[in-house]
Amino acid sequence: MQLLTILVPGLPLLGFLIHVLFGSKISKNLSGLHGSLWPILSFVLCCVLFRMVSSGSAIDAHIFDWFQVGDMNIPFAFLIDRLSISMLLIISGIGALIHIYSIGYMHDDAGFNRFFSYLNLFIFFMMILVMANNYALMFVGWEGVGLCSYLLIGFWFSNNEYNAAARKAFVMNRIGDLALVIGLIIIAKTYGTLTFSELLVSEKLTIAGAGTIGLITLLLFAGATGKSAQIPLFTWLPDAMAGPTPVSALIHAATMVTAGIYLVVRSNVLFSMAPMTLDLIMCVGLITSIVAGTISIKQNDIKKVLAYSTVSQLGLMFFALGLGAYEAAFFHLLTHAFFKALLFLGAGSVIHGMSGEQDMTNMGGLRHTMKWTHILVLIGVLAIIAVPPFAGFFSKDNILAAAYMKSPVLWGLGLMTGLITVFYMMRMYFLTFWGENRASHEVQHHIHESPLSMTLPMTVLAILSVLGGMLNVPELFHGDKALMHFLSPVVPIVEGHHLDHSTEWTMIGISIAAILTVIAVAYNMYVSKRGLPVASHAANSVGDLLQNKYYLDDVYDGAIGQPARYMAGFLDNTVEQKVIDGAVNGVGSVSNTLSTITSKLQSGYISHYIIAMAIGMTLFLLYFILF
Amino acid sequence: MIQSTSAFQHLSINHFVILSFILFSIGVLGVLTRRNLIVVFLSIELMLNSVNILAVAFSKHHNDPSAQTFVFFIMIVAAAEVAVGLAMLVMIYKNTRSLDINALNNLKW
Repeated sequence: MQLLTILVPGLPLLGFLIHVLFGSKISKNLSGLHGSLWPILSFVLCCVLFRMVSSGSAIDAHIFDWFQVGDMNIPFAFLIDRLSISMLLIISGIGALIHIYSIGYMHDDAGFNRFFSYLNLFIFFMMILVMANNYALMFVGWEGVGLCSYLLIGFWFSNNEYNAAARKAFVMNRIGDLALVIGLIIIAKTYGTLTFSELLVSEKLTIAGAGTIGLITLLLFAGATGKSAQIPLFTWLPDAMAGPTPVSALIHAATMVTAGIYLVVRSNVLFSMAPMTLDLIMCVGLITSIVAGTISIKQNDIKKVLAYSTVSQLGLMFFALGLGAYEAAFFHLLTHAFFKALLFLGAGSVIHGMSGEQDMTNMGGLRHTMKWTHILVLIGVLAIIAVPPFAGFFSKDNILAAAYMKSPVLWGLGLMTGLITVFYMMRMYFLTFWGENRASHEVQHHIHESPLSMTLPMTVLAILSVLGGMLNVPELFHGDKALMHFLSPVVPIVEGHHLDHSTEWTMIGISIAAILTVIAVAYNMYVSKRGLPVASHAANSVGDLLQNKYYLDDVYDGAIGQPARYMAGFLDNTVEQKVIDGAVNGVGSVSNTLSTITSKLQSGYISHYIIAMAIGMTLFLLYFILF
Repeated sequence: MIQSTSAFQHLSINHFVILSFILFSIGVLGVLTRRNLIVVFLSIELMLNSVNILAVAFSKHHNDPSAQTFVFFIMIVAAAEVAVGLAMLVMIYKNTRSLDINALNNLKW
C-alpha cells in the first residue's frame, strides 16, 4: 500500500530523472514515448487506488518523519482520500493525454527532451500537492508547480517577452505564496499541528477565536488568489500563454490553477467557520469572473481568449466556494478540466495547422479544412457555454442553484457571467471556424488536420466533456448527485432547504433561452455580417477599456513597478556607486596614502635603524624609570 | 670567592656603574657614528663587555655568584657571534668590495 502511494508520484519523478540524466542519449521518439509512459502508469495506479478508496476508507501512508519543531511533528505522509484521489485521477489522466498530445505538437521543437522532463516534474509536484497529508508538504508541491510553471512559460527562453511573462507569473505567485506561508505559520502557532486529519475537525478548530480563524482563512485565500489567478493577482495567467499550448492546457487550465480551489475545498471545515471570508471569496470570485469575461470579449489572440476564460471560470468556482457550495465548485473544477483542456488542445491544433498563427482575425473557415478539430472544439464550446446535456451545463446549474438559494440577485449575476462566457466563446468559435479564411495564401496552402497523436487525446477529452456531467446529476433529472455523496467524507453535505422543481425548471428555461439568444447575437455579429472582426477595432471608450484589460497592468506598473524601478535606480546610482563603492575605494586610497608616508621611514640605511632603535630603547627606559 | 685585598677594595659600586656607563656610551656612539663595519662590530663588543663588567661588579656587591655564570654565557655567545659576524663581514667585503655600512641599503621598499 505504502509502495503504491510512493509509486504514484514516484514514476513521473523517475521519468524526470531519466530525462535529465540520459536525455541527450535518448532519441526524440523514445523520449516522447517514455515521457508519456510514466503518467500513464501513474494513472493506472491511481485507478487501483481509486477502487480501494471508493470502497474502503481513506489511506494515510506515513513514509517517514520529515522534521520536528518543538512539539510539532511534520511527517512526510500521503493522504489518499476521496478528494485527493479525484484530483489525482484528473492530474494523471489529463496529464497523460496531454503528454501524448505533446508528442505530436512539439515534434519539431529543439527542446523536445527538456519539455518532457519539465512536464514530468510538474506531474510529480502536482501529485505531491494533492497527496500531502499536511499543509507543510502540500506547500512543497505548491511551490514545485510554481517552479514548473515558470520553467514552462519561459520554455522558449530566447524570446525576452516570454521570459518576462515567466518572471511575472513567478513574482505574482510569490506574493500569494507569502500570504499562504504566513497563514500556515499562524495555524502552526495556534493549533500546534499542520496535519489535516488532526487539524480539520470542528472541535479542535474552535479553540481559537473567530478573529484568528478569519485571519487564517484570509491568508489561505490570498495564497489561492495567486495560484488560481483571481483579482488582484490574476494578470499573470493571460501572459502565461507564452508557454507551449499543451502547457497552457495542462498547467494553466486543468490542474495547477485549480490548486487554490483544492486548498479551499480541502480546508472547507476551516472556511465554513469564517463566514466573512466566505463572503469575500464570493465577491472576489464574482468580480473576477465578470472582469475576466468582459476582457475576453475584446481579445484577438485565440489563446488569450481561452486564458481569460479560464480566469473567469476559476472566478465562478470561487463564487461557488464563497456560497459554501464546495462540492459544486469541485464539480465545476472537474468538468472545467475536461472542456478547457479540450479547448486549449483544440486551439493548439488550430495553431499547429495554421503554421503558428494565433491571431483570430487571420483565421476563419477552418471547419472545411480541419473537420475533426472543428467537431471537437465545437463540443468543448458547447460544454463551456453550458448547453445541456454537456458537462458544463450540470456543473454551472449546480452553482447557479446554490446561488439562487442564497439570493436571486446572485443567481442573476451568475447567469450574466455565464452569458458573457457564451458570447466570447461563440465569438472565438465563429471567428476561427466560420466565414472566409483571412490568412495569407501561403499559410492557407499549408493548413492541415493534426496528426493522430494530437486528435486522439482531444477525442478522449471531448467524450469526457460530453459525459462529465453524469458524475453529479441533480435530483431534477432523477440523478443522485453521485459526486456530492462520493465527496461527503471530506465535504460534509449541508442539509438545507431544496428548491422545488418548478423553480429549477424555470431557472433552466431562462438560462437556456438566454444562451440561445446570445448565440444568435454572436452569429449575427460574426457570421452574417462578414468582415466584422475589423470593425470590432472601432474606437470607443468601453472597447478600449476592455482591450487594455481595464488598464490593470498599467496600474500595477505605476503603483509598484515604477516606484520599484525608481528605487532601484536610486540604489544603483547613489547608494551603490557613491556610498558602497566610495567606502571600498576610500579604504584603498587611505591605506595607499598612509603607506606612501610610512614607507619613507624605511630608508635602507642601517644607521637610521640603529638610531631609531636607540631612541626607542631610551624612551622605553625613561618610561620605566619615570613611571 | 676571592678575598680582594688590593686597590679594588677602595672602589665602591658607583665607580663600576660609571665605568660601565662610559664604556656602553662609547659603544653606542661608535655604532651610531662610525661607517666602517669592523668598527661598528668592535663597538658592539664594547657594549657587551661593559655589561659584563657591571654584572660582575653587582655580583660582588650582592655576594651572589650566579651573575658571574651569566657573564660566562655572554662571553661564549659573543665568541660565537664574532665567528659568524666576521664571516659575514668577509662575505660582504667579497661582494661589495667595501666595508661602508651605507653601501648596504638595498633592504628598503
